[in-house]
Amino acid sequence: MNVTTLLIILLVGAFATYFSGDKWAPKVALLFGLTAFAGTICLLSQYNLGQEINYTKLWISKPNISFALQADGLSLAMLLLTTALTPIIIYSSFGNTYKNSKAFYALILFMTFAMAGTFLASDGLLYYIFWELSLIPIYFIALIWGNGDAEERKKAVVKFFIYTLAGSLFMLVAFIYLYQKAGSFLINDLTQLKLSSTEQFWIFLAFFLAYAIKIPLIPFHTWQAEVYQKAPTVGTMLLSGIMLKMGLYSVIRWQLPIAPLAAKEYMDVFIILGIAGVIYGSIVALRQKDLKKLLAYSSLAHVGLIAAGSYTLTLDGFRGAVLQMIAHGFVVTGLFLVAEIIFRRYETRKISEMGGIRAQSPKFTSMFMILVLASVALPSTFNFVGEFTVLYSLSQVNIWFSLLGGTTIILGAYYMLKMFQHVMLGETNVRLFADVTFNEGLCLVIIIAVLFFFGMYPKPIIDLITPSLENILTQVNRFNQVK
Amino acid sequence: MNNILNQIGIENYIFLSVILFCIGVFGVLYRRNAIIVFMSIEIMLNAVNLLFVAFSTYHQDAQGQIFVFFSMAVAAAEVAVGLAILVSIFRNLGTIDVGNLKNLKG
Amino acid sequence: MDTSLVLVLLLAPFLGFLFNVFLGKKAGKSIVGIVGTLSVFVSFAMTLYLFGNANQEPVVINLFDWISIQRFNVSFGFLIDHLSLIWLLFVTGIGSLIHLYSISYMHDDEKMHSFFAYLNLFIFFMITLVIGSNLLMMFIGWEGVGLCSYLLIGFWYKNQDFNDAAKKAFIMNRIGDLGFLIGIFIVGSLFNTLDFTSLKNIITTAKDINDFWIALAALALFIGAAGKSAQIPLYTWLPDAMAGPTPVSALIHAATMVTAGIFMITRLNFLFDMAPSVQNIIAIVGAVTALVAATIALVQNDIKKVLAYSTVSQLGLMFLALGLGAYEVAVFHVITHAFFKACLFLGSGSVIHGLHGEQDMRKMGGLKKAMPITFITMLIAALAISGIFPLAGFWSKDEILMTAFHANIALWVIGSIASIMTAFYMFRLIYLTFFNSFRGTEEQKNHLHESPSLITLPLIILAILSFFGGIISLPGNSWLNKYLAPLFSKVVHEEHQFGNTEYMLMAIATIGAIIGIGIAYKKYLKDNTIPSEDAEITGVTKVLYNKYYVDEAYDAIFVKPVNVLSSFFRDSVETTLSALIFGLGKVTNEIALQGKKIHNGSVGLYLFAFVLGVIAIITYLFL
Repeated sequence: MNVTTLLIILLVGAFATYFSGDKWAPKVALLFGLTAFAGTICLLSQYNLGQEINYTKLWISKPNISFALQADGLSLAMLLLTTALTPIIIYSSFGNTYKNSKAFYALILFMTFAMAGTFLASDGLLYYIFWELSLIPIYFIALIWGNGDAEERKKAVVKFFIYTLAGSLFMLVAFIYLYQKAGSFLINDLTQLKLSSTEQFWIFLAFFLAYAIKIPLIPFHTWQAEVYQKAPTVGTMLLSGIMLKMGLYSVIRWQLPIAPLAAKEYMDVFIILGIAGVIYGSIVALRQKDLKKLLAYSSLAHVGLIAAGSYTLTLDGFRGAVLQMIAHGFVVTGLFLVAEIIFRRYETRKISEMGGIRAQSPKFTSMFMILVLASVALPSTFNFVGEFTVLYSLSQVNIWFSLLGGTTIILGAYYMLKMFQHVMLGETNVRLFADVTFNEGLCLVIIIAVLFFFGMYPKPIIDLITPSLENILTQVNRFNQVK
Repeated sequence: MNNILNQIGIENYIFLSVILFCIGVFGVLYRRNAIIVFMSIEIMLNAVNLLFVAFSTYHQDAQGQIFVFFSMAVAAAEVAVGLAILVSIFRNLGTIDVGNLKNLKG
Repeated sequence: MDTSLVLVLLLAPFLGFLFNVFLGKKAGKSIVGIVGTLSVFVSFAMTLYLFGNANQEPVVINLFDWISIQRFNVSFGFLIDHLSLIWLLFVTGIGSLIHLYSISYMHDDEKMHSFFAYLNLFIFFMITLVIGSNLLMMFIGWEGVGLCSYLLIGFWYKNQDFNDAAKKAFIMNRIGDLGFLIGIFIVGSLFNTLDFTSLKNIITTAKDINDFWIALAALALFIGAAGKSAQIPLYTWLPDAMAGPTPVSALIHAATMVTAGIFMITRLNFLFDMAPSVQNIIAIVGAVTALVAATIALVQNDIKKVLAYSTVSQLGLMFLALGLGAYEVAVFHVITHAFFKACLFLGSGSVIHGLHGEQDMRKMGGLKKAMPITFITMLIAALAISGIFPLAGFWSKDEILMTAFHANIALWVIGSIASIMTAFYMFRLIYLTFFNSFRGTEEQKNHLHESPSLITLPLIILAILSFFGGIISLPGNSWLNKYLAPLFSKVVHEEHQFGNTEYMLMAIATIGAIIGIGIAYKKYLKDNTIPSEDAEITGVTKVLYNKYYVDEAYDAIFVKPVNVLSSFFRDSVETTLSALIFGLGKVTNEIALQGKKIHNGSVGLYLFAFVLGVIAIITYLFL
């Protein structure tokens, strides 16, 4: 078995879901999601045994484009995140009914397929195709099944689509330029190019536009909150849980190794941009009235920190960034599920209309509390491991960076606890709030279990990603030896 | 033939042709009556034809003259089609003033 | 053997927590109380066993690698040495007593199982904090106890004021935690390890240590300690934390959690010894905190607020000792303080219990007949905290003052003034609460009663400990100093020559305490003054009563601006940015609209453009 099988499972799953009809679609999608997860575990064990799981085949001879998929530890970790979250996301949506659900669930699987492809592709153009492909399903998911006023939603979603697409086009330009130089799109060829520092600067910038919009970093984030708010919760989970990580992953995988000189030269600028996102996102989150919007801004703050960690160009920074990506993927999915659970009962996302839920639903409260704590990186949760490593790497660059980035633990606690207080605590709400159903509870429990397990014992993931990150670091540092 | 060319000089043919061509261009640009525009186009075509013939003689090469025959035939056909279009425009709109033909407006 | 013992010690409260969370509601209140108390008691028994069998050598247990940094690994490990044993003893010991007390105190609360769950979780995290073998393990416990504190302060979550207090406590602690983290980062990058044992070896043997970074690390760690132990400028959360149930105030906000800062600094004494400038800061901050908090306590009318400020003040004294390098003295005061402050809080809880939730001392009085045991135990504790010979507080406070006297007269003066104030406000509390006539409602008066034995038993035990606790470190022959000696890198604090100066200082301290008590006696017992109503308070008293308006100042300086900034970002910056992006689209649209105008359909214009184009090309190509 190699990595293509996994992609085929997902693609076939998407079609099978579509043709299984509205009634069976959710279950078929879940089944394929789980199969893909099992497949990933299988790949993982093969990888650990040292078996070949990469796949390369010439696809188009002129220009020289290969269908090249390469799974190293980093890719596998991201793949694990994708395929683990997908079944959870699908299962969590069982509490809702969607019209035309066959298309809905097919699009989810298709999106997973595209995202998995993005994490695996090792040919620049193939990667670019997967990257753009993942945009199409989320566009329809958000547009058709989203909530709120249709006109408003269309405006937000179209803006998101064009915005991210426009950013990616710069990346395409950079790839074409690189192809002129290298005669190949393969990442291994691209990372061996001897580019001048001016060339690197422009290529870095072109990549940066694509990634900064996708991640998003300030000031390119304006699409985020609106789309998160308007998209159906499943879409929001896919976006925040996995799709954002595509941008962050790509920074580590593509941007830094291809243009390391520029990355070094302007390191401070980009770290500061990430940290500015942390502070800005946290402060904006403080006074949000909409629960999903608040979570969107908290996401902005967290990814800012992850990006800052990646741009430190240290092993700790990379490692912390990847750990935090996975942790954040889980916790943010859980938090959006919480928002959805409240919405199912109260039909609102306005924080001012909530409150007094704790008295009615102790189980839900505990799980929500744990997720809030994980989100503010309480030690012994996975998020702490990531955040600690990232902040440590920042302190190695400049102690002020870690101090400024560290404000996230204060501001984060502030806005999350404030939100929790207004959503859950206070006098018992007059409206009834049924405690979590089995389905909702199971999703949350799985997420919480993952967060705690890897919070206490992150070693398996650290061991998985470290060798690949070390490789990337050698590529990043390849110009050092020349001097 | 050579004599005539020698007597008059190739440059005069070129001047005449350029003048004719420019007259044609200005006609196309400034006249609003579609028939006169057509006539101006014909003048431009013939200016080119003249140049063809002149150079054909100058180079002692018959290809140019042959080409002129083709070009005249095509021009005739073009006039026929063009005039037919003009007639149908006139029937539909009651005018052949090109200033009024603005259906191409973006 | 040791590993399993330590794991039992650690996990017993955690199991208690799990039981109470998952089965507590079904099991019923009595089972919840028994399981909760027993699980802590098991830890206490284990601690006693370890304490009895402890060797001179510390025990290190590494379970597995937890977090990997490029240059070092942080292991999930525990360190049992004399310091952690001392702390474990009183954490689990007093913890057991307070659990016992809570069985009765919280019996009428419908969420008793959560209460016990949180308390057990707190003990679990506190044990983690104390026995962690490296800074990050300590940090788990550090943040964990902060979490439990948050949960317990906001235990009555229907009241949003309590929730605000809980949130405030958590956030202020987190400000300190950021300092702690920065400290960890600096220590990590300087020494490539976070392990206490290795750190001690490296620091005590290394020669070329960068003073600046060491000082910075020590300062950052001290900020962490100041957050947890409620020192200036991060002390304002502790008085608000009194919103929680009284046993919580006793356990977390007086006896154990707030001493974590002192534990941390004592644990890292070798590091702080390298940074004398930071030690000076610690001493000054401690002294100032002691004084400021004591002045505020002078005029508070809420019985728990008085005790809270008293706690802040006493913690200040401990920090004073830490700053002077007298770690063992600070530890001594931590222990005695745990005894008498827990006793005082539990006593006040007993009073509040008896008065059905009344906390205002203006509405108490004359309770000594109705609640004799509470009265006597609280009186003993009050005498102890005031520093009356030969109670526990006398010895420990006296040692701090003596150390201060030898180091810096100014610090000694401040400390002494704070001590006199302590005596005054403690006896103000005693007189207002227990003497004269009852000032509450008739209905309360009819229901006055002594609390049940589950409440009084811990009080009695703690009162006895408050009385005799000084034995562990008598001047000249201190068991505690010897026990802790292996921990300290250098013997800064040689045994005092017990001369005239020392006797004189003791005398001064005692006389000071008696003067404080005397003033309180005159004012509140003899003249029977009742503190005036809130609206009538004026002048200096008003400033003190409103805690120097520090909360208001923080609100104006930090909280409001952040919120205003947030609104500004939300309403202006976000919309502007969003408009900018939409603006890009609009500009494109506008260009298209303008371009459309050229294409007006006139063939003449098109041709003209065409000709111009041709001419331009020809010009470019041939000329």
